[in-house]
Amino acid sequence: MDQIMGNLGLLFEFPVVNLKIIIDGVMIGALFALAAYGLALVWGVMNVKNLAQGDFVIAGGYIAWWVAGLGVPALFGVPLAFIIMWGIGWVIYKLVITRVIERDLFTSLLATFGIAIMMAQLLNLMFGSDTQSVNLGYETLFFFDGFVDVPIAKLIGVCMATVLAICVIVFMKFSRMGQAIRATSQDARAARVLGIDTEKVYAFTFSLNAAICGAAGAIIVMVWVIQPFYGITYAIRAFVIVTAAGLGNLPGVIAAGLGIGALEQYGSHIFGIGYQQAIAVLLLLLVLVFRMIQQRRSRQVLK
Amino acid sequence: MTIAKTLLYAVLLLIIFAAPFLFPDFRTQLATLWLMIIVALTWDMTGGQMGYNSLGNIFFYGTGMYACAVVGIAIAYPVAEYTNASGGGIYKFTDTQYFLGAALGILFAGVFCSLCALIIGYFTFSLRGPYFAIGTLGVAIAAGELVSNWDFVGGGQGIALPVYPNDLDEGKLFFYFLFAGTGIILFIFLNWMYKTRFGAAINAIRDDEEKAEAMGIHTLRYKLTTWAIAAFFVGVAGGISAYQLIHFEPLETAYQTINLGIFMVVCVLLGGKGTLWGPIIGAIIFQVFKEVTWNYLLGWQWVALGALIVVTVVYFQDGIMGWLKHTKPEWFGIRVEKSADGGANS
Repeated sequence: MDQIMGNLGLLFEFPVVNLKIIIDGVMIGALFALAAYGLALVWGVMNVKNLAQGDFVIAGGYIAWWVAGLGVPALFGVPLAFIIMWGIGWVIYKLVITRVIERDLFTSLLATFGIAIMMAQLLNLMFGSDTQSVNLGYETLFFFDGFVDVPIAKLIGVCMATVLAICVIVFMKFSRMGQAIRATSQDARAARVLGIDTEKVYAFTFSLNAAICGAAGAIIVMVWVIQPFYGITYAIRAFVIVTAAGLGNLPGVIAAGLGIGALEQYGSHIFGIGYQQAIAVLLLLLVLVFRMIQQRRSRQVLK
Repeated sequence: MTIAKTLLYAVLLLIIFAAPFLFPDFRTQLATLWLMIIVALTWDMTGGQMGYNSLGNIFFYGTGMYACAVVGIAIAYPVAEYTNASGGGIYKFTDTQYFLGAALGILFAGVFCSLCALIIGYFTFSLRGPYFAIGTLGVAIAAGELVSNWDFVGGGQGIALPVYPNDLDEGKLFFYFLFAGTGIILFIFLNWMYKTRFGAAINAIRDDEEKAEAMGIHTLRYKLTTWAIAAFFVGVAGGISAYQLIHFEPLETAYQTINLGIFMVVCVLLGGKGTLWGPIIGAIIFQVFKEVTWNYLLGWQWVALGALIVVTVVYFQDGIMGWLKHTKPEWFGIRVEKSADGGANS
């Protein structure tokens, strides 16, 4: 308890510490938002709740880590992870996801849970259970007498995440395929009547989601660490963000992603690093309870 | 009850009692099989019969373990000191202390888990469909993380309980029969419950909750009662497990979300959702599959299990009982009327 109060006091005594926490939170939140955007895409278009989302992220990270080990410049890992995860996503779609789209919601949840277990274990068998990261070898910038440290690697990571997000948004807005995806998410049957091959759209959407996650993972491995079994927490965070923001609400997803990143950093600063995962999960419960209360109010109006 | 049915139950009881003596090397595995049967049957109470797919029933298993261990220790020693020294070896338990602690602990675990189910259910039962599943999964994961940071119950180290006082083989038998007894009581109870008005009411909630409510069923009360009963038995099973395993820690043993927490769902889906025998058959097949892969597929067992989950969920969701019901409806007392052209219309 004393320690918690001490940590809280620190925040007020040195206001710049807040700045450091917020910068850290926003940086990691940007990557959460990417994974969450992929989840919202798949959820909105084909009504599949993908619990393997976090394992796509981790798999992308391992691809980048692996090619960096081969001597390829680490930054090339990001597009490479994007491409390879695109292929893996397509295979998973053809094998499993295509058969759960029309089924009830719990089916997709459990099926992707099975995929998540398989992927985590395959990564564990291939790369071992140690935590891994890629060192880019850039320096760290210091501000405010060293209170705020910003590694250049993190800045590059955030920039790449932003570029990726902008590319995806532009693609969804202006390309023919992006329009088809949005049309399918609005009304799959009408889209089919109008000549859109929804099966193709579904396969494309799921592959795109896996690719976005893979690229996010490749950025994460340059800045933080990955481990085969970290996947589930990324999936949970993506669920928190999407439940908080709602489907098809891109600014909401970005805001919620950044907010959750910052809240998590505050939580782990105040309560200690051991609580970081617990905080992510508790935030999910808070969001769910809050949503429930909202719905309850609207039900009362109907009475 | 017909003679054939009585005979069947008598033979089953005989097998249950004879199994640990016929296969003395597999007593622990047989006890685990009973554990799987108990958690699968209780999961089916909400998942199959009531239509609320919980992914967080493992919460009651873990909480049962801890509740049982804390009570079991507390009757002899201060808990904080005991967990601080992190050893059952240092503190000696007399026979009376051991058995009294175990009995009180296991009972307390069940009651405590029921209370937890009432509280958690009050908040989560307004969630529908996948949100309920994710919400309960969240509760289980959060509980595991919080307990592993709680020093009073040993933190990430877990708790080491005293060892069974007499002969080890006798201990294995003791735990086998504890599990088997709990399982048999649960089966008799469910066999009776599914035939009562209560069983009909929770089936109505599964089929159409709004209509059930309109018919005057107080749905929240029924849902909470069902989950509390399920939680009681899972808690008791957790308490027995705590004493059987002797040492347990929060993330991998107690709140093992991705192991037992998912296995129980797969057992039910494999055997057939919403049937009395489905979870039992599913649990037996699953347990055999698991033991075989664990022994022969070193390192790949998790991949095989993940594949089993995906295949079961995607291709075989009705389960064995559902498939039998479809192909042999007359076994279930469903009359099939033959239409004029000879085809079957049920």
